[in-house]
Amino acid sequence: MKRLTTLYSNPGAKLIDAFLPASAAGIIELLSPVAPGWGGTLLVGLLHSLEIAIGATCLGLMIGTAGAFGKLYGGPVTRDLLAVYTTVVRAVPELVLILLLYYAGTDLINQVLAAMGYSRVDISGLAAGIFVLGFVQGAYSTEVIRGAILAIPQGQIEAARAYGMSPGLMLRRITLPAMLPFAIPGLANLWLIATKDTALLAVVGFFELTLATRQAAGVTKAYLLFYVAAGVLYLAVTLFSNLIIGRVESWSRRGMPSVKEAR
Amino acid sequence: MSVADAAPVQPGKAQSAAAEAIHVENLHKKFGQLHVLKGVSLSARDGEVVAIIGGSGSGKSTLLRCINCLENPTSGIIRVNGEEIKLKADSHGHTVPADRRQIERIRSRLGMVFQNFNLWSHMTLIENVIEVPVHVLGVKREEAIAQAEKLLARVGLAEKRDVYPAFLSGGQQQRAAIARALAINPRVMLFDEPTSALDPELVGEVLKVIGDLAREGRTMVLVTHEMKFAREVATHVVYLYNGLVEEEGPPEQLFGAPKSERLKQFLRNVG
Repeated sequence: MKRLTTLYSNPGAKLIDAFLPASAAGIIELLSPVAPGWGGTLLVGLLHSLEIAIGATCLGLMIGTAGAFGKLYGGPVTRDLLAVYTTVVRAVPELVLILLLYYAGTDLINQVLAAMGYSRVDISGLAAGIFVLGFVQGAYSTEVIRGAILAIPQGQIEAARAYGMSPGLMLRRITLPAMLPFAIPGLANLWLIATKDTALLAVVGFFELTLATRQAAGVTKAYLLFYVAAGVLYLAVTLFSNLIIGRVESWSRRGMPSVKEAR
Repeated sequence: MSVADAAPVQPGKAQSAAAEAIHVENLHKKFGQLHVLKGVSLSARDGEVVAIIGGSGSGKSTLLRCINCLENPTSGIIRVNGEEIKLKADSHGHTVPADRRQIERIRSRLGMVFQNFNLWSHMTLIENVIEVPVHVLGVKREEAIAQAEKLLARVGLAEKRDVYPAFLSGGQQQRAAIARALAINPRVMLFDEPTSALDPELVGEVLKVIGDLAREGRTMVLVTHEMKFAREVATHVVYLYNGLVEEEGPPEQLFGAPKSERLKQFLRNVG
């Protein structure tokens, strides 16, 4: 350690040394995917985070699609219920919702099971996490998709009606593909928020990237190293997502002239 | 001499022997307080081309859109190919189709062409044309594509088959929309002011396609502002004024010797 410090004499290297209790070789060793390195732990955490984010986004999209259609075409009771859902979920902090739904939700399920004569079950963190975040995502997705459906030129919906399409066919063949270009930017936002919201599940003890990072940092005392590493992983997820989203977006806009040409 | 006289289907024969494709009786339509149609009757026999003319706000588009229940009539009888559309009152007291499957089936045999084309923007032209045959009528995809290629060639868009509508001119889009309507092998074609949204120099190409269809004996109901065209292709002309049929008859009579003062006035204004 001392030898290394004297080797690098410029002030920048000294600054890095001051922050990092480990040498370059030590960093690699700490981040190594095999024990005693903690890289594997971080990657498992990342994997869990992604599982939750993907599951929650899928659930959110289903709730959002149904919610948007309910709000646009449903009866007064459906519309009121959905208004309460989107308002409440979007008003209450997500952390509070997670604590509420996770503890109250599992408690409720177990009470119901007990009342029906079944034994208590442990709700898996993964299922609970997907449900809780999906429930939250659903409220935001409802509004994004509702806006996107309203942006479809109404004549296209009318043409589908005029040619005898049933509501289900119209949804699948016309409404969903036609609203996609208007929904993608908003839904992409929600996906990126979902990847980061998984960190909130650390408070209920779900082992995802942030909790994994806390453990690794706590044990090794290399706080800066591991939190920067976690940040880099979240960033990598975002960059990779942007790549995919960009492709999906240009595919969904295949029938639309380029905005640049209209400038 | 009008072009209709040269058509393979003689209007006289069509009127006497052919079955009634569209029958509308005492149709009323209210939008809230606004009484748009006040008891209109209309009939189109097989092979007939019925042109509906009238001033802005006379209810002519509403009448056409009531035929396939894009607008639900407030009251009245609509029969398509002899089958009466079943209507009922919903919980708000609005009249709506009583049998969703019946109205979907009837609609899938009425080829509607809109003022603003309304092609599906996320589909290429060929996809637009095969969409209803494949997904509503259950035609095999290969058959539908072969048929669609013929129809696109017929309206002069063969080489545009893989282009998205937004990249085409209004006239091309409207011709593609006509191909889409033809693809369902419609019993009746409904045209809702098909040239009103077009630049003047594009009107001709669309009217030519519609005129060709009229001359081959297609049954059509046509709402139009093109009086010269209506006179050429229609076998029967209906003049609507303020939600009522003011005068109707063969085009020679309506345009040549109108009886109603309002129609005379109207023809002077548009002519």
